[in-house]
Amino acid sequence: MTTDTQDADWTDALIRVRTDRDRAAFAGLFRHFAPRVKAFLMKSGASEALAEECTQDVMTTVWHKAHLFDPERASVATWVFTIARNRRIDALRKSRRPEPEDLTWGPEHEPDQAEALALQQESERLGKALAQLPEKQRDLIERAFYGERSHSEIAAETGLPLGTIKSRIRLALDRLRHELK
Amino acid sequence: MTMMTKILHHPTDALLMDYAAGTLPEAFSLVLATHVSMCDECRARLSAYESVGGGLIDAMTAAPMDEDGFEDMLARIMGAPEPAAPKPRAMRQKGIFPGPLQDYVGGDVAAVRWRPVGMGVRQAILPTDRDATVRLLHIPAGCAVPDHGHRGTELTLVLQGAFRDEDGRFGPGDMEVATEEMEHTPVAEPGEDCICLAATDAPLKFRALLPRLAQPLLRI
Repeated sequence: MTTDTQDADWTDALIRVRTDRDRAAFAGLFRHFAPRVKAFLMKSGASEALAEECTQDVMTTVWHKAHLFDPERASVATWVFTIARNRRIDALRKSRRPEPEDLTWGPEHEPDQAEALALQQESERLGKALAQLPEKQRDLIERAFYGERSHSEIAAETGLPLGTIKSRIRLALDRLRHELK
Repeated sequence: MTMMTKILHHPTDALLMDYAAGTLPEAFSLVLATHVSMCDECRARLSAYESVGGGLIDAMTAAPMDEDGFEDMLARIMGAPEPAAPKPRAMRQKGIFPGPLQDYVGGDVAAVRWRPVGMGVRQAILPTDRDATVRLLHIPAGCAVPDHGHRGTELTLVLQGAFRDEDGRFGPGDMEVATEEMEHTPVAEPGEDCICLAATDAPLKFRALLPRLAQPLLRI
């Protein structure tokens, strides 16, 4: 598996989990994501035992909710992150997270592979940009995601090239709104 | 939910990133969820910040899982019946409140249990965790909300009507982010009563003597 196609491969694996209940594909996703989700939860303040347990919950959710994954709007890593984030709010902060209204494609929607691939590429580009940020900036963003700072601490400029991925997502939303009409 | 007018005032990047990260108090998250339901621009910004979360997960140094973790989990998944599809979110009723707000109110504006807070203004505090508070405010057309400064951050999202203050005009979907330093006097525009969703992480301090005395009683 080369780095260039990795995100696209995770998308394929998750779609196989969804359509074929493919255990080998699921095992591959688990090997990659579970230890990373566990590390994320430990960085966020969970004990190792709690992080292990919550990670199993997260991966169980990945199995059960695979049909909700939309490759035109998020990479697999991003989707897994949102599940881990919600589990963290629930288990660590004993709180809940109000979610925006769902926007879902109509029943006629045919998944557009080119759009999905373009989004995976944007996600990879963002990942690389994140890795190349100056350490201080990267540290600030990491601490924001681990919940280690107050919300007034972050500088207005994160230095992240979010514009490209944002416009890609915006395109998907525009198509979706068009379909909803 | 589509808006008739263009939204001009949006949440800051820091707020959207914290909402994406899942680190905001529930009261603030509700205001963000409600705004994002009304604003595709911020829905896209939010997704972009969630992608940052995905990038962080991908770049984490792995923490090894228990050796039998996967097999155990798979056995549990296979041994248990497929969970029933979660109860779908209650269908959004027609009205002025987006879905997440209707979830907290238990319906649209007709279901709100208002309490008077003086000078014709009414409020309804919504139940959330204690890190911050969120309330609905009903301000009669043309009326002012008493001049108040802030000890913390205050988010105000307009749902109906409009208000003006030192920062400009705020109509449906617009969100004002007021900080510690700011003192402002929002005035509802004439015509239509103004309904807003407002969250604070510290009690408001009103300038006038009377409302300040009443503050502990009213939880404002």
